[in-house]
Amino acid sequence: MQPMMPSLRDPAPSRLRYRMQRWMLTPGIRLGLRLGVPLALILGAGGAWLADGARREALTTYVDAQWQAIQQRPEFMVNLVAIDGAAPPLADHIRGIIPVSLPVSSFDLDLEAIRQTVLGLNPVQSAQLRIRPGGVLQIEITERTPAILWRSRTGLEMLDETGARIYRVATRASHAELPLIVGDGADAKVAEALALIDAAAPLGARLRGLVRIGERRWDVVLDREQRILLPETEPVRALERVIALSEIKEMLERDVAVVDMRLSERPTLRMSAEALQDWWRIREINSSGQ
Amino acid sequence: MTDLYQSQRAMRQMRQQAMQRGVVAILDIGSSKTACLVLRFDGVGQLSEDNSIGPMAGQSGFRVIGAATTRSRGVQFGEVTAMQETERAIRTAVQAAQKMAEIRVDHVIACFSGANPRSYGLDATVDLEGQVVTENEVARVLSACEVPDYGAARRVLHAQPVNFALDHRSGLSDPRGQIGQSLSVDLHMLTVDADVIQNLVHCIRRCDLELAGIASSAYASGVSVLVEDEQELGAACIDLGGGATGISIFMKKHMIFADCIRMGGEHVTGDISMGLGIPASTAERIKTFYGGVHATGMDDRERIDIGGDTGDWEHDRRTVSRAELIGIMRPRVEEILEEVRARLDAAGFEHMPSQQIVLTGGGSQIPGLDGLASRILGQQVRLGRPLRVQGLPQAATGPGFASAVGLALFAAHPQDEWWDFDIPVDRHSARSFRRAVRWFRDNW
Repeated sequence: MQPMMPSLRDPAPSRLRYRMQRWMLTPGIRLGLRLGVPLALILGAGGAWLADGARREALTTYVDAQWQAIQQRPEFMVNLVAIDGAAPPLADHIRGIIPVSLPVSSFDLDLEAIRQTVLGLNPVQSAQLRIRPGGVLQIEITERTPAILWRSRTGLEMLDETGARIYRVATRASHAELPLIVGDGADAKVAEALALIDAAAPLGARLRGLVRIGERRWDVVLDREQRILLPETEPVRALERVIALSEIKEMLERDVAVVDMRLSERPTLRMSAEALQDWWRIREINSSGQ
Repeated sequence: MTDLYQSQRAMRQMRQQAMQRGVVAILDIGSSKTACLVLRFDGVGQLSEDNSIGPMAGQSGFRVIGAATTRSRGVQFGEVTAMQETERAIRTAVQAAQKMAEIRVDHVIACFSGANPRSYGLDATVDLEGQVVTENEVARVLSACEVPDYGAARRVLHAQPVNFALDHRSGLSDPRGQIGQSLSVDLHMLTVDADVIQNLVHCIRRCDLELAGIASSAYASGVSVLVEDEQELGAACIDLGGGATGISIFMKKHMIFADCIRMGGEHVTGDISMGLGIPASTAERIKTFYGGVHATGMDDRERIDIGGDTGDWEHDRRTVSRAELIGIMRPRVEEILEEVRARLDAAGFEHMPSQQIVLTGGGSQIPGLDGLASRILGQQVRLGRPLRVQGLPQAATGPGFASAVGLALFAAHPQDEWWDFDIPVDRHSARSFRRAVRWFRDNW
């Protein structure tokens, strides 16, 4: 079988080499060799190095130190708090309550928490916080605009048009330009109260304030102890009716104690005691004269 | 026939798998060389924007990404004679082609030329059950073909329905959906020696490859060498290989006959080697450099050194004139061509409407062969080269690669074979009914 002179070189690959080459041409194996082996080596070396606890600790302390060093760089430090849009007393108050001790790294600032703290103040309607270049913590405040005064059992308070408290006020006189509402639950109906006060503009300076009765309806209180009792529903229309009547018949100028509009189909007037006495006397004179 | 169905269908399934994976290898196992092409299928590419270029006979769907050739050892007359050597040759070729393609190939479509192919023409007629020809009717008429007794030691390599006839209309390529009374089919069946296929399959298996198809190389070279009108009108393709010469006759784009002569270029080399007393490698070299079949006066004066390394000055300085070389080659080439003529006559080639003969294969590169062939085979002889396919290296575009290229085309567009049609339904139902009856009998 064997030839006498063996040929010089067999070009055919051996079975092993053939299989090996086919194996190496398999896409999965190629990928595994190109990515998997280096990855495994790196992971293995890293794992072996980290297997020692002391090294791990050294690594964590080193990383922490580096991280701290980066955080404490002057580029990241906040040195100043600038508050815009707040009146000086409010600004001072905000400065007092925000939990920041300057200088502080901007990594340590939790802007959202500070914002929630600032929003927790009554006079603040909205707040925007950002860290300005140059290490300034910029707080932009929109204050609530005072719309009304509310006298409750606990004292006199200033409310905005949504009924949110702004300040506690010492005296009515210091805020004479603001209308006054009184009574429990009046702060929840500030929008209605403002509409009533708008409607009551023709009454001018005679208007003293509004009283919330039983947390359900309003009384308009005028000077000379006059009252207009308004219904629960559509109080503005009722008030406008009263004002219209008063302008034509000068009703409110007369000696009327209470205008009761609670039942719209049956408005009622109550006269003051002297007026009643006068009226009785006049009726007597008239009757005796006949 | 069922096992034939099974094995061929398994092979077809393997080919579909390979197509899905997109890479398949073509292996042409010849007597003198083993060629391997690696094909990549990536869908039918659009060759031009305005469709001015068609699908180009189907070769636009794939691309050759690896090609390698190696000398065959252990293959004689197109048949494996030494398994180990053939396996090594396949390994060498596949490895080199894989290396060029940079991709691993698992599926192989192989072709070989020898194994005594024998053609049978089968036909059958059935009455249609309904009016319309359905898939099932086609399968039924195919299974009604009377299979001749081709011998226990032989296997069916190709069984292609060549022609369908519906009532009196013949020449239908696809009768499905048409209306008629009776359907008849002409089937061309090619059988080869079973042990040759077994050896080949074994060699390929030992190289860790899956066989996804097997074809006769005569058929494959006909597919690649004959142009479309030749295939349509009728032509014969003569593949002058190293150890065997394949003959295939095509008509209406179907092979209708195939045969093989156990003579080829290696016999010419052997004659030169014996006649001049020189080693076979020198004989092969002077055959390819100086060979021819027509001697002229000039050739008497052209001396060829035939050399030697015996150390004897006189012996090592021998020369031979080219006329002498031609005088040795010509009788053998004539013998081959005369044998081809005899086989064509036996096949009834002279009754074909067109008698075009195309010579291809490595042996067709002998200068002057077309003149000699036209003297023996008839006037309509031309030399053919395989179709150009995308990505094929220049070195592999010669006529010697006709069957490899043809096999690539065959892989891209396989012709319908018998086993591509389903087994008729009634056979299925009969079997399942029998199974049901048996189940009842076993359980009650």
